Amino acid sequence: MSLIHKTAAELGAMVAAGEVSAVEVAEAHLDRIAEVEPKVNAFLHVDREVTLGQACAVDERLRSGERLGPLAGVPIAHKDIFTTRDMPTTAASRILEGWRPPYDATVTRRLREAGLVILGKTNLDEFAMGSSTENSAYGPTRNPWDLNKIPGGSSGGSSAAVAAYQAPLSTGTDTGGSIRQPAAVTGIVGMKPTYGGSSRYGLIAFASSLDTPGPFARNVLDAALLHEAFSGHDPLDSTSVDAPVPSVVEAARQGDVAGLRIGVVKEFGGDGYQPGVLARFNEAVALLESLGAKVVEVSCPSFVTALPAYYLIAPSECSSNLARFDAMRYGLRVGDDGTRSAEEVMALTRAAGFGPEVKRRIMLGTYALSSGYYDAYYGQAQKVRTVIAREFEAAYHQVDVLVSPTTPTTAFPIGERADDPMAMYLADLCTIPSNLAGNAAISVPCGLADEDGLPVGLQIMAPVLGDDRCYRVAAAVEKALESRWGGPLLKEAPAL
Amino acid sequence: MSAITRDEVAHLARLSRLALTDDELDHYATQLDAIIESVAKVAEVAAEDVPPSSHALPLTNVFRADEVRQSLTPEQALSGAPAVEDDRFRVPRILGEEA
Repeated sequence: MSLIHKTAAELGAMVAAGEVSAVEVAEAHLDRIAEVEPKVNAFLHVDREVTLGQACAVDERLRSGERLGPLAGVPIAHKDIFTTRDMPTTAASRILEGWRPPYDATVTRRLREAGLVILGKTNLDEFAMGSSTENSAYGPTRNPWDLNKIPGGSSGGSSAAVAAYQAPLSTGTDTGGSIRQPAAVTGIVGMKPTYGGSSRYGLIAFASSLDTPGPFARNVLDAALLHEAFSGHDPLDSTSVDAPVPSVVEAARQGDVAGLRIGVVKEFGGDGYQPGVLARFNEAVALLESLGAKVVEVSCPSFVTALPAYYLIAPSECSSNLARFDAMRYGLRVGDDGTRSAEEVMALTRAAGFGPEVKRRIMLGTYALSSGYYDAYYGQAQKVRTVIAREFEAAYHQVDVLVSPTTPTTAFPIGERADDPMAMYLADLCTIPSNLAGNAAISVPCGLADEDGLPVGLQIMAPVLGDDRCYRVAAAVEKALESRWGGPLLKEAPAL
Repeated sequence: MSAITRDEVAHLARLSRLALTDDELDHYATQLDAIIESVAKVAEVAAEDVPPSSHALPLTNVFRADEVRQSLTPEQALSGAPAVEDDRFRVPRILGEEA
């Protein structure tokens, strides 16, 4: 089997044993990127020399006897919303085109310390606002299962890169589902850790009370290894949780659900859900029961209002966060001809540098925060957030984890929802509650929908710092389904 | 009745420092109207006696010791600036002509 088809755990073990060098592993993946990138467009930036330089340095560290983690020498695709000193960082926006950050994000730094080799920066919806990667200023990424379909978003470059074997691992950020939804529609594993479990330092902010970095991988164990590599308390992020990282790797190796209490969220199903999605979801629930879990139905009536609450809270925070793009200190500056005021230059630059979805959300947030509307919109949305957190809490008194489909439908055609914001927002219906409550949640493949042959994701939600439960259940599902399928779901994907 | 008028959208654009064209204002007025009508559903949740959550975690005032640490050099801090003069950010005029 070629290097690009190996798991991250296998590659790490091979590099550690000296069977292959980090440089050879990086070269195999860079070649794969060069081969399929014209079709997939997962990357905004690839620099062969920089990547091979990193790989060479890892080989030297290993030769000198430095003890690195289990992922040393493993390549990774890095979402272009994390700052990187040796590669540009754009958040897929014109306003940051060509920007070279003067510092590394904490997640970037920890990847380097663990000996991971960064292959390049992946495409996303501009500033992580979107569910399809169509909002990138640099063109959409395509779903490796069907090049006319979206790869999910906002971390669609990261999901596509892993599904297309361009990288065994990638990073994402999840504000309303931006890791789990892309993972579901590309047939891979994606995890949103507990809020604060992974550092936001150097992550270009969208909605600070929701943004959470997390891993993508082709299997549950690899995702857990990456989760462990970059998570944990960071003094540079004041909302970082000062607690040990849950034992996610052990849970992923264990993968046993006997005696576990699993709640099916009643409100996530029925009208608006694709029949093939519901069919695979119901089979996954039956499978969990056959593996010894106790399954009950749980009602969380306010979860249906999570979507409107999110589309008030996230734009409000974004309208404030994106005020920093003022054309003064870094990034684009337009119209500074000596006659215009700073304020005019600012308005011209922002109009030229931001895409339509970012402008919509900035104005929506400005509206929701304005006096006269604040109580009815932002204030009420914050109360809904409390109600949702309480419903989660009540549910976790009855059960250990909650499950639902990750998304109401499989991947939709590129262009279908591009100018219909409300239709686009529905893609995050099932993922948003966990962001509002700060809980952990994972998406794991559970089969292909009959209608279109596209991947379906099972979402497993757990309480704050219950990340290990997500991995435990996901690993059990993966093990049982792969033995039924005779291998991973991705082997069903068409060759690129 | 619409939830938001075109004039209000023009005002929001000014507050947001977005120099939008007339066509853009028309387009966003229609879209924002539909979005606002939809998100207004939050009002249907009876939550009068519920405290608001601004955050998922019960964190308050995280402090660190007030110690001098290494930070960016002037060169690093200015490395992405659109215009630089004498080791400083050069910006367009911020005051009126008579000031």
